Amino acid sequence: MPTQHPSSTEIPTIGLEQIQLLEKLSNACGVSGDEGEVRKIVLEQIQDYVDEITIDAMGNVLAVRKSKAQDSLRVMVAAHMDEIGFMLVKDDGNCQFQFEIVGGIDPRQVVGKTVRVGKEHVPGVIGSRPIHLTDSEERKRAVSISDLRIDLGLKNDKNIERGERAAFATKFFQNRGSLFGKALDDRIGVATLIELFKHAPPNIELLAAFTVQEEVGLRGALIAAYSLKPDMAIALDSTPANDMPAWDGKENTRYNSRLGEGPAIYIADRSTISDPRIIDHFVKSANENHIPYQFRQAGGGSTDAGSIHRQRKGIPSLSVSVPGRYAHTTTMLVRLEDWQNTFRLIYSGLSDISPELFKSPR
Amino acid sequence: MKSLIKKLAETAGPSGREDQIRALIRSEIEPYSQEIQTDSLGNLIARKGEKSKDGVRIMLSAHMDEIGVIATHVDQNGFVRFTGIGMVYPKYCLGARVRFLNGTQGVINSEHTSDAKEQIPLEKMFIDVGVNKAAECPVKPGDMAVFDGPFIDLGHKVIAKSLDNRLGIAILVELIKKIDLTPNEIYFVFTVQEEMRKSGATTAAYAVQPDIGIVVDVTATGDTPDSIRMDVGLGKGPAIKISDQGMISDQRIVKWMKDTAKKSGIPYQLEILEKGSTDAMVIQLSRAGVPSGVVSIPCRYIHSPSEMVNFQDLQQSFELTHALISNPVSLK
Amino acid sequence: MTDALSILKELISTSGLSGYESEVREVIQKAWSPLVNELNLSKLGSLHGFKHGAAIEPRPKILIATHMDAIGLMVTGIEGEFLRISHIGGIDPRILPGQLVKVHAKEVLPGLVIKPPDHLLPESTAGKPVEIGHLFVDTGLTKQEVAELVTVGDLVSFAQEPVEMAGDVLVGHSLDNRASVAALTLCLQELQTLQHQWDVWAVASVQEEVTFAGAYTSGYEIRPDLAVIIDVTFATGPGTSDYNAFPLESGPALGWGPVIHPVLFREFKKIAEELEIPYNKDVLPKLSWTDADALQVTAEGIPSMLISIPLRYMHTPVEMIAFKDITRTGRLLAEFIAKLPLDFPKNLSWD
Repeated sequence: MPTQHPSSTEIPTIGLEQIQLLEKLSNACGVSGDEGEVRKIVLEQIQDYVDEITIDAMGNVLAVRKSKAQDSLRVMVAAHMDEIGFMLVKDDGNCQFQFEIVGGIDPRQVVGKTVRVGKEHVPGVIGSRPIHLTDSEERKRAVSISDLRIDLGLKNDKNIERGERAAFATKFFQNRGSLFGKALDDRIGVATLIELFKHAPPNIELLAAFTVQEEVGLRGALIAAYSLKPDMAIALDSTPANDMPAWDGKENTRYNSRLGEGPAIYIADRSTISDPRIIDHFVKSANENHIPYQFRQAGGGSTDAGSIHRQRKGIPSLSVSVPGRYAHTTTMLVRLEDWQNTFRLIYSGLSDISPELFKSPR
Repeated sequence: MKSLIKKLAETAGPSGREDQIRALIRSEIEPYSQEIQTDSLGNLIARKGEKSKDGVRIMLSAHMDEIGVIATHVDQNGFVRFTGIGMVYPKYCLGARVRFLNGTQGVINSEHTSDAKEQIPLEKMFIDVGVNKAAECPVKPGDMAVFDGPFIDLGHKVIAKSLDNRLGIAILVELIKKIDLTPNEIYFVFTVQEEMRKSGATTAAYAVQPDIGIVVDVTATGDTPDSIRMDVGLGKGPAIKISDQGMISDQRIVKWMKDTAKKSGIPYQLEILEKGSTDAMVIQLSRAGVPSGVVSIPCRYIHSPSEMVNFQDLQQSFELTHALISNPVSLK
Repeated sequence: MTDALSILKELISTSGLSGYESEVREVIQKAWSPLVNELNLSKLGSLHGFKHGAAIEPRPKILIATHMDAIGLMVTGIEGEFLRISHIGGIDPRILPGQLVKVHAKEVLPGLVIKPPDHLLPESTAGKPVEIGHLFVDTGLTKQEVAELVTVGDLVSFAQEPVEMAGDVLVGHSLDNRASVAALTLCLQELQTLQHQWDVWAVASVQEEVTFAGAYTSGYEIRPDLAVIIDVTFATGPGTSDYNAFPLESGPALGWGPVIHPVLFREFKKIAEELEIPYNKDVLPKLSWTDADALQVTAEGIPSMLISIPLRYMHTPVEMIAFKDITRTGRLLAEFIAKLPLDFPKNLSWD
């Protein structure tokens, strides 16, 4: 199979073609445990570029592009294919289904929304008791998931059953410098990894892991890392940008990351302390190539690196994320330039990485 | 205009008993009115101007009444129990001085409460007029009182009771004196009972049958520590009302007001008020409908004994209203 | 019938918030223009469509009111690139986070209603519904772009696109009350071939959701002998199963109560039964919270009838309606008008 390398030393960029790919990925439905639709797109995109490919026991796509050089680092880059969503758990009859949340969704984000159910994207509605029938006491309490239903209308002619998954029905769009779509966490990581795979730096052995079930406990990454046995790993994800005003007008000191300031490099999150050698390498690369970047505030949250770094004898890891607002709601928002800079950072950082990096101890 | 406001503010006119303030207004404007009358509810209606070819009949309206309190019972020791007339906030009553329409002065205080956090309601308050027993009390149930306090001129700003809506009254009084050439027929309507159910404006609009309604009233601001969230503040000019709790201003009128302000070089703010409304709410619904809008004067501490206005805002509100009624009205 | 469905989809894709109905009024004007003799506007912007009856003058008048305004939001403040909002009409703020909207600024901008994370909100809010004053709209634009394009007072409407669902069901925002406008349009279409004695005034009223201003003032101006109001009512579904909710596809709900003239209820019931149109009795012990409340007490009083179309999830962007209920309502109304004898007003005794 022909493997293609960029013909110049210029860094490949994120442009219209990549945005269209992201649109396809964002509009696809792949709730944790049911990632097939996304997996299909990934396979279509990378099949002409793989040297080796496996779909493992959980549905992770593990794809290898061999190095052109001797003595190259085996670099695992992970992006998760799954998104948060719902599973229909009980058929109430009348085309109404009780449902549960898959992954972490604030129940307050669920009311009054449209969803797509199953492989055929059957439209469904999560409605709400009309305000006229509520009183002010009731409106002070969040609606509980057990009181909500996914409503298919008056006919279930596609025979939707319990067990089917549903995702928000948001359609991707762009307005000026901003991209809006559901599940940009982590379809933007998937799109970035696809692009990286197509233009793999020749000095590394690129072990791309399109993982499953990150949203329900970083689960796919556990076995992916075990199988791939990399020398180091990068998790590509999206991290919250909570950079909106505080309610009392005071300075917002807990924004996690900010839109417009470039890729967010993790020092530490709830599960992983990034390897400082890798951090330093990418920071150096960013400075040399004039790529803006920020450090994600330490504290909560996790990425696939949380599972990866603990496999076998340990794998030095780093997470790099595109800052995104409103994760785990109907619609996320990212800045195109942050995505472009994230890709540039990963590409340039990996283009001159070598086993030298790990000769000194952590 | 400051001395006019002082005179107006120091005169009483609780909803339903506006006679004193009405008499003062009438004495100011009668020489300038082509027609003047008091209607059956006590509204004062004066006309100036004839409707020309490109003119309309405007109802220019400001309410004369203010909030107040009414005695409900005099207890055996001469303390006066009361309830509110209009929207009276208990928190503003504690310690406030009041003056009854018959001249009696007193102070409001409350029963003791051991819970420092408790919001004391009006039912637990009383007015002390300084007597020792009921027989000596110059106040009887049904008597009305208003907040009492002197007008304070801080220079750029002014403090007084009932700036809601003596400020609107002052603007109308000055306008009827100053307005000279206008293509419009203008009814200067000083309404009663706006603080209650706006019956004054309802009946006045029915009688006047205007083509458009312009109300001049006060609105709240969002520029004090930890205040309600609102874009309007002192020192930024008159506010053009977009909407409030009771109405959505006619969008053609809003546009006309904005255009007029821009053309006349008058700064303005845009007002969206979550709680509260004005006479425009009922004027808009009169008969077959009257497109209406409001020129709002930003005012702090509304319905307290000491309301505050920026004097330049008041002057610019006057200029805007003057420009609106002196020119052909264009509603597109 | 597909014609009516496409009119309805256009209606619910067009903006027309209370007080700012001109855009949707143009769509209705276009639809009614071939169906009536005259079109004019009330002083507050309601649309009046007049279709004269066949009898010789003077003819009695029937007014049919469907409010064309819809609930929505408005920009009340700008903080950097974020917009603060308030509501026009009754909206439960619990449905707002995550809703796609359109900001009608100097151009129409897509936006998203967002809830900040709990740590940027008052402690007392944690896990609880967030009041609208703490929500924002994010258009994805920079601070400078927002300053150039957006002004306080700009309208914000829901962007939920119409979704056709199995069983002739339509989901979207503003089905309250554009579904009724569609039903009235269908009625006018039927009256092209059904003869009627009375003058018909079709009214698309303004501001029902906030003040009933359109109903009061159009009622005053037209002074009909009778009024029929078409609005929506609750359909059974999650959270609504009370006496005042009816299943989708169970037909129009005929109002009964102090706001409704009992003779009109009986007349509509009779016609529905003759035509075998399914219907429900919608008992309204006090007020109806529709234009009927205003029309009944305008001027000398107007005998009024309320017909309601069952709607799920009222006042959310995902309202759901059965298209059959719209067509049945339109047909029932047309037949009532066609059958109205000239001397009907003498029957209007409350006893």
